[in-house]
Amino acid sequence: MHCLIRVCATIEEETTVTLTATSSTGAPAKGRSLWDDARDRLLANRAAVASIIVLVTIALISVFGPILSAHHYDTVYRDYVKVPASLEAYPKAEQVEPGFMSSARRARLTVETFEREGDTVVAKVTSKRDIDPRSVLYFDRSDLFKNTELSDMSADNKSATVKADINFMHFYFGTDANGRDMMTRTFIAGRVSLTIGLLATVVAISIGVLYGATSGYLGGRIDQMMMRVVDILYSLPFIFFVIMLVVFFGRNFILMFIAVGAVEWLDMARIVRGQTLTIKRQEYVQAAEALGVADGGIVRRHIIPNTLGPVVVYMTLLVPKVILLESFLSFLGLGIQEPMTSWGVLISEGARNLQGAPWMLVFPSIFLTSTLFALNFIGDGLRDALDPKDR
Amino acid sequence: MLRYVLGRLLGAIPTLFLIVTISFFLIRIAPGGPFDLERPLEAKVMENLNKIYHLNEPLWNQYLLYLQSVARLDFGPSFYFRDFTINELFAESLPISIQLGLSALCLALIVGGILGVSAALRQNKPADYSIMAAATLGVTIPNFVVAPILTLLLGVWLGWLPVGGWNGGAFVNRVLPVVTLALPQIAVVARLTRGSMIEALRSNHVRTARAYGLTSYMIVVVHALRGAILPVVSYLGPAAAALLTGSVVIETIFGIPGIGRYFVQGALNRDYTLVMGTVVVVACFVILFNLLVDLLYALLDPRVRYD
Amino acid sequence: MTSETKKTVLSIKDLKVDFETATGTINAVQGVDIHVQAGETVAIVGESGSGKSQTMMAAMGLLASNGHTRGEVIYEGRNILGLPAGKLNKIRGAKITMIFQEPMTSLDPLYTIGRQLAEPMVVHGGLSWKAAKAKALDLLKLVNIPEPERKINAYPYEMSGGQRQRVMIAMSLANDPDVLIADEPTTALDVTTQAQILDLLADLQKRLGMAVIFITHDLGIVRRIADRVYVMKTGEVVESGETGQIFNQPAHAYTRMLLDAEPTGHKLPVPDSTPVLLEAQKVSVEFELDSGFLKPSHVLRAVDNISFSLRKGQTLGIVGESGSGKSTLGRAVLNLLPAGGRVVFHGQQITGKSRAEMRALRKDMQLIFQDPFGSLSPRMTVGQIISEGLMVHEPALNGRQRDERACQALEEVSLDPAMRNRYPHEFSGGQRQRIAIARTMVLKPELVVLDEPTSALDRTIQKQVVELLRDLQKAHGLTYLFISHDLAVVRALSDTVMVMQRGKVVEAGTVDAIFEAPKSDYTKELIGAALLPQQQMMETA
Repeated sequence: MHCLIRVCATIEEETTVTLTATSSTGAPAKGRSLWDDARDRLLANRAAVASIIVLVTIALISVFGPILSAHHYDTVYRDYVKVPASLEAYPKAEQVEPGFMSSARRARLTVETFEREGDTVVAKVTSKRDIDPRSVLYFDRSDLFKNTELSDMSADNKSATVKADINFMHFYFGTDANGRDMMTRTFIAGRVSLTIGLLATVVAISIGVLYGATSGYLGGRIDQMMMRVVDILYSLPFIFFVIMLVVFFGRNFILMFIAVGAVEWLDMARIVRGQTLTIKRQEYVQAAEALGVADGGIVRRHIIPNTLGPVVVYMTLLVPKVILLESFLSFLGLGIQEPMTSWGVLISEGARNLQGAPWMLVFPSIFLTSTLFALNFIGDGLRDALDPKDR
Repeated sequence: MLRYVLGRLLGAIPTLFLIVTISFFLIRIAPGGPFDLERPLEAKVMENLNKIYHLNEPLWNQYLLYLQSVARLDFGPSFYFRDFTINELFAESLPISIQLGLSALCLALIVGGILGVSAALRQNKPADYSIMAAATLGVTIPNFVVAPILTLLLGVWLGWLPVGGWNGGAFVNRVLPVVTLALPQIAVVARLTRGSMIEALRSNHVRTARAYGLTSYMIVVVHALRGAILPVVSYLGPAAAALLTGSVVIETIFGIPGIGRYFVQGALNRDYTLVMGTVVVVACFVILFNLLVDLLYALLDPRVRYD
Repeated sequence: MTSETKKTVLSIKDLKVDFETATGTINAVQGVDIHVQAGETVAIVGESGSGKSQTMMAAMGLLASNGHTRGEVIYEGRNILGLPAGKLNKIRGAKITMIFQEPMTSLDPLYTIGRQLAEPMVVHGGLSWKAAKAKALDLLKLVNIPEPERKINAYPYEMSGGQRQRVMIAMSLANDPDVLIADEPTTALDVTTQAQILDLLADLQKRLGMAVIFITHDLGIVRRIADRVYVMKTGEVVESGETGQIFNQPAHAYTRMLLDAEPTGHKLPVPDSTPVLLEAQKVSVEFELDSGFLKPSHVLRAVDNISFSLRKGQTLGIVGESGSGKSTLGRAVLNLLPAGGRVVFHGQQITGKSRAEMRALRKDMQLIFQDPFGSLSPRMTVGQIISEGLMVHEPALNGRQRDERACQALEEVSLDPAMRNRYPHEFSGGQRQRIAIARTMVLKPELVVLDEPTSALDRTIQKQVVELLRDLQKAHGLTYLFISHDLAVVRALSDTVMVMQRGKVVEAGTVDAIFEAPKSDYTKELIGAALLPQQQMMETA
């Protein structure tokens, strides 16, 4: 590896030397910054690019999916409890007649003939008592039919023809134990999980960067004290604290990401401190000091741009950690409350219904896992791109 | 060496004190109490209960009382499991959790280490890519997804293993929880080992070993792996914490009477002493474990000395 | 040592080495022929990137995994190039051994010296561990390690760089090799240590009779030890022959350029009437070592009571080995470190001034660093780097004026101003050092402290930088404090010289006094070890 770098350096030396000789003074040549190089390396990384596409798609679906979906995330379809995922529309052909019969029974009507003509059903019904025209509502109230009409009422009001359109609905991901559309719920859960992931990460990063940079930049005794505090905090069983917080102070969305963020800042603080210390020792910072550049200028022009890389990498790797932590709390029943939901909540419900309704686990798991997978690959890709000698 | 260990143990006392204090007041300022049941108790009964558990005294007094009893290693009576003291509950549940955690840790180190080394030796070849993809999958799939799937597969459909329970620690009862608990850690250890192993294989002293015609066993195991294992050893501390978190889930899913399950039950039922006791015991374990890890590190790396 | 009867032990025929990289194939070695006879010392000379190391790495089967080889490496009538590791391991480490440039990292930090020395003997010689350890002790004695009985159980981190290189040499001799490849074995060492290691190698070769292939960029070493020389440039051998012939009648232009690359010339002294610009009185710097949180600290005196004065236009060379405190002195003079004593610049005492008070003075006193890779902020363009000082000291300038000044500064150091929007990593080492000089010159300073400004550069580039510094001094009447371990460069640039050792001044005087008639033993040893080319010329003449 070393030898390789040396070889590259020479090649570079020669090309730049020729550049000096040939390029005439005039329009200044545009340089390639390290960020440009990193971006190119990242874009050359197929796994990372694919992951970015996956992540963006999931994010877009989570944001716009619930708006575009035909179902609202907490609409309950009592006739479609735990129906399997299907590309075909519900009701299925064999469900139409029993569905109609049960609605008729509720309307206290006896069905004499039942015919299906395309997307409508026509039935002759009779009743012992007078047929109330409002009994069509029993059919409309069912999730299977709509636009029910009563016609051909007989003179004695004892028989009539009921005509109803079949109300076709799609449940591409199936429905849950309450008869809610899993697809919309998965999308809305994505919103929640991604938001928690981002917010908690922002909290953790802000605390960590501030703390770490202060500690590293000040150095000396203060640095030692501040890092000692971090060491002590490291030995606290934090997950237990989070559980305590959530249990005793109620399951509050805001509290949740503050708690998670407060737990996860320690690593960031250590990374940023180490980075700041290293950069502070770099000759280019000493050179700036020798030039008489003030502290602010050194931090702004030299330290921050060079700590940014590891922070970005850590951020991409922290988001999945936070999402996992949230879903873990949700699994213990300490997460987001109904009817709102998150991937963790959906997965824990799915896990309980695995035997009867595997689709309840499969779809949220696919979304969660691909998000985490994508974030991990992007994080790895970014690390390789920003620090190519690392691997 | 002995001085160092003693120093570290003494240094842990303020940390533990801090933990006890923070968790004590955190629990107490929260609304609700252990006897706020759905159907309220009679005032007289409530009063008696409060007296027995010293809840009628000022908070400050309760805190001092608790400190005293903790100093005597007595965690007090449980509020929820009325017939037991916390010490009795721990005597029963702690060994189970420790066995579970240690087995998972060993499994993770052995399997993860082997996977990581084999990936490093085949860097950027198909075997490497598949191991690393599997490892990423291992990190990303939550264990409460893995657990029901494994249970369904091996427990329900194939019927090879029991689906839950501890059964006094019978081997077949351990397999599923230990494997599920270890899976994410296997993945992390494999990734870590691969990274540090690749670096070690490129280092100058391994080049020396190759230049001197040493056998591949000596190059890989004696010279590269011993150095490469150091970052993994440093990870053991955080790994122990991760296993604790994981075991809360695993114990709940598989119905194992370990300390994690008690903690969740305790927290949900405001069992003050149980929650506090768990936090203190777990913190002790984390501290002790970190000390052991540091000593192990010194054993492996002659440049680190504690004297 | 010329003799036709000696047989060839190793011959490299038309060796090519390619590296596959993300940006394309790099042809590091392009058809090299090298023949080594038993018992002779062959030097392979070239600057960094000439492929000299890669040639031998390829022969030993030690290339990085993206390296590919073609050609032949014949040892004892057999082509060993591309042999599987199992077969190659019968030869490497036993019959052909190698020592490396990086003594600090070439030994495994986790095992004792004894164990590492014993390993090749156990593997190749079939010795028991006990017998191997006993032989390891003999080897340590052979390479003159002090207290071998104790050191055999020591870990590498407990030894100095020179001692570690001795251990590597001991390891290379363990199985009586036919060929010893030494890849820049003394480059990372101080000059005095370097001389000792070279003497040791020469002595061992005389006693044990193996052939030595010595890879180096240092012509002084070549002249001192080699029988024959191969000169390499960009992956090819451009010239080869007997050492005397190469040095006296170099045929190839590149060889001549290498030989001419030794810095020459002499600084004209400044008249005594010029005013004193900088005066240092009893400057001391102390560092606290090992200061733990509540631990008693141990104090190291890095600079101990040093006084000197410097007239305008003068150059003071400060010479010393690593750890002598010369760089610390340079920073203390600029008040970049808290120091005791008194420094007077332009009649103004600067010791004890705060950073804010110093800011106005910084314009006139500048610092140039050794490492041209580390001293330029990697995420700023060259233009930004050069004009950063202007933002501090001439805030009245607008962006365009700053840009103009940066262009002028670049032209002054012979770089194309059109490259000012490029980033440091796009430049070579020599160019970066020019950028660092431009950053200093744009402020038009009076005093420049140069901390080993040429040490990280190849000789030919070094010469250009030395000349640039000399021209700039002439043009602007600059005063230099020139810190270096490289006596040849110091001699070419300085009026007066100060020799430092362990924080103290050993000897000080004019260039001629120090180099022609050194008084202290340490100075004599330094000059003797440095193999100054001018001196050698005189000796041979």
